[in-house]
Amino acid sequence: MPELLAADATIGEPAVNISIFGAFVLITLFITFRASRNNKSAADYYAAGRNISGTQNGLAIAGDYLSAASFLGIAGAIAVYGYDGFLYSIGFLVAWLVALLLVAELMRNTARFTMADVLAFRMRERPVRMAAAISTLAVSLFYLLAQMAGAGGLVALLLGVSGDAAEALVVTLVGALMIFYVLVGGMRGTTYVQMIKATLLIAGAFVMTVWVLGEYGFNLSSLIGGAQDLAVEGRNVAEPGAQYGLTGTTKLDFVSLGLALVLGTAGLPHVLMRFYTVPTAKDARRSVVWAIWLIGIFYLFSLVIGYGAGALVGPAEILGAPGAVNAAAPLLAFELGGTVLLGIIAGVAFATILAVVAGLTITASASFAHDVYASVIKRGNVPPNGEVKVARITAVVIGAVSIGLGILALQAGLNIAFLVALAFAVAASANLPTILYTLFWKNFTTQGALWSIYGGLIICVGLIIFSPVVSGVEGAMFPDANFDWFPLRNPGLVSIPASFLLGWLGTKLSKEEPDQLKNAELEVRAFTGIGAEKAVQH
Amino acid sequence: MTDPAERRLLTPEEYLEAQNSPEFAELKRRFRRFAFPMTFAFFAWYLLYVLLSTYAPDFMATEVFGNVNLGILLGLAQFVTTFAITHLYVAHANRNTDPIADEMRERLERHDFAPGSTASSEGATRA
Repeated sequence: MPELLAADATIGEPAVNISIFGAFVLITLFITFRASRNNKSAADYYAAGRNISGTQNGLAIAGDYLSAASFLGIAGAIAVYGYDGFLYSIGFLVAWLVALLLVAELMRNTARFTMADVLAFRMRERPVRMAAAISTLAVSLFYLLAQMAGAGGLVALLLGVSGDAAEALVVTLVGALMIFYVLVGGMRGTTYVQMIKATLLIAGAFVMTVWVLGEYGFNLSSLIGGAQDLAVEGRNVAEPGAQYGLTGTTKLDFVSLGLALVLGTAGLPHVLMRFYTVPTAKDARRSVVWAIWLIGIFYLFSLVIGYGAGALVGPAEILGAPGAVNAAAPLLAFELGGTVLLGIIAGVAFATILAVVAGLTITASASFAHDVYASVIKRGNVPPNGEVKVARITAVVIGAVSIGLGILALQAGLNIAFLVALAFAVAASANLPTILYTLFWKNFTTQGALWSIYGGLIICVGLIIFSPVVSGVEGAMFPDANFDWFPLRNPGLVSIPASFLLGWLGTKLSKEEPDQLKNAELEVRAFTGIGAEKAVQH
Repeated sequence: MTDPAERRLLTPEEYLEAQNSPEFAELKRRFRRFAFPMTFAFFAWYLLYVLLSTYAPDFMATEVFGNVNLGILLGLAQFVTTFAITHLYVAHANRNTDPIADEMRERLERHDFAPGSTASSEGATRA
């Protein structure tokens, strides 16, 4: 239905949208070039020389984490479904406590560039690095897919282009820019792009929030009342259940989604990677604290923006626009401030997508170059800068793959918050159990790690493939095929406990004796910070 | 990248000695005393919220003022508790764990936990 209206439903002035986005690109390109002067070693390229301050990193984390899903997806879900969309933001925020309390500082103290560094510390290096790299690539690709789908939806709405070829061209442009940032700027350039973007995004959301609240006399109750007036027939946007309350299966789906959201964050490789860019564990802590405040405040804004879009634009118009649910925030911007505000918000949304895909690309390429190429293939015998060279090549390959996937994702029309939720489910299933076991269970073995990572990954992706997301119902990727024997759209409820169980079982059934000396080193380093990688001096 | 003088790496025995020291046990105990119960608490509170939203929608729809109902208020309360726990954790780390961690790190850098070093004798339970 949404696609039919695409051609004549463009809003705003494409020239304004393009010029604001162009200004962002020019400024960030300039900064990226400046940042690239100091890119010499692997620590520079992957971890910005570990010279980013805690406060800066907190801002960059917010820029990395507040993806198009947060901005467009959550606002859209709240606009259309009300309360049920709110759960996304709560899960995405509470999840940070797992990172703060259990993961961030200990990982900063023990890892160099990737999650696998910690696992390789006391387990057989090559198999665990391979497993961690595969799950990192899988999570990154899911996440990239969601961002590219978001880019596609925005393009149709904002730039006044329609038709497959034009949309594909824009996705290619976004992908090419992202590759450029990553190749030239490395982690330092990417960090600056994310910081600028976070500032713009939060400022833009603040303006919209105040504006919407102003329209309703700063009264949340009348705002919700306004959203209710335009709500889809028979739907109460203030109460839970509009999206997930229909049947017993959808209720279970909601719980499953909630579980994946809260456990996914601390297993996201591009989030973990940000912890390695600061000089000490204390800075890692400080950056998470900043990130929690910025992200939390942003989600409070998005609640207002979501209900505001529901009240001032209305679900009927949102669902009828190209990009459907994801169009809520841009449509609201147009309603409030006309062409200029729409142009600003559109520019911010593009910047958002660009910054997040750059972060994902550098993470995925670091994992391949550092874990697979340097350790598994070359067994550590890599010439100086050989690893970074491979990382750069990998970034180009990943960029090309995500351009391809993004073009395919344009056709699907799924809510991008939902696609990101699937990436969270994969991260929570494949990565988090192994990270927690490695940090807190001294008897955990290689076999336990492998069972947990591969088991969690295979079960999670497998359940998605056999779910109604992929086949069997209208709106699925293959609506005409029927292999949807798993009823839930969110796999976390099954795959996360299964992965924890497999990690435990694999350890119990393995003959491997845990290495007490290595375990002592890991634990002492994790808790005291001795021997942690230091910042690079330039 | 690192100063050559600092490259005098710690031996596995030093790490073992440090791990077995009473101050390290205390550091870990203080870390866990906060992190584990708090993780359990926020996770349970979050799950309760999700389950109430799912299986007790009528309860959550109880209107408190105007169109603002209990579900929205409890959702906003999740934000409040997240900010509060963040604050409590930072205070706990600054007061209770950082001093021990900093002191142990300095002692490790001085190789105080090397076998034969006088400073480590109190925690030496292994030969």
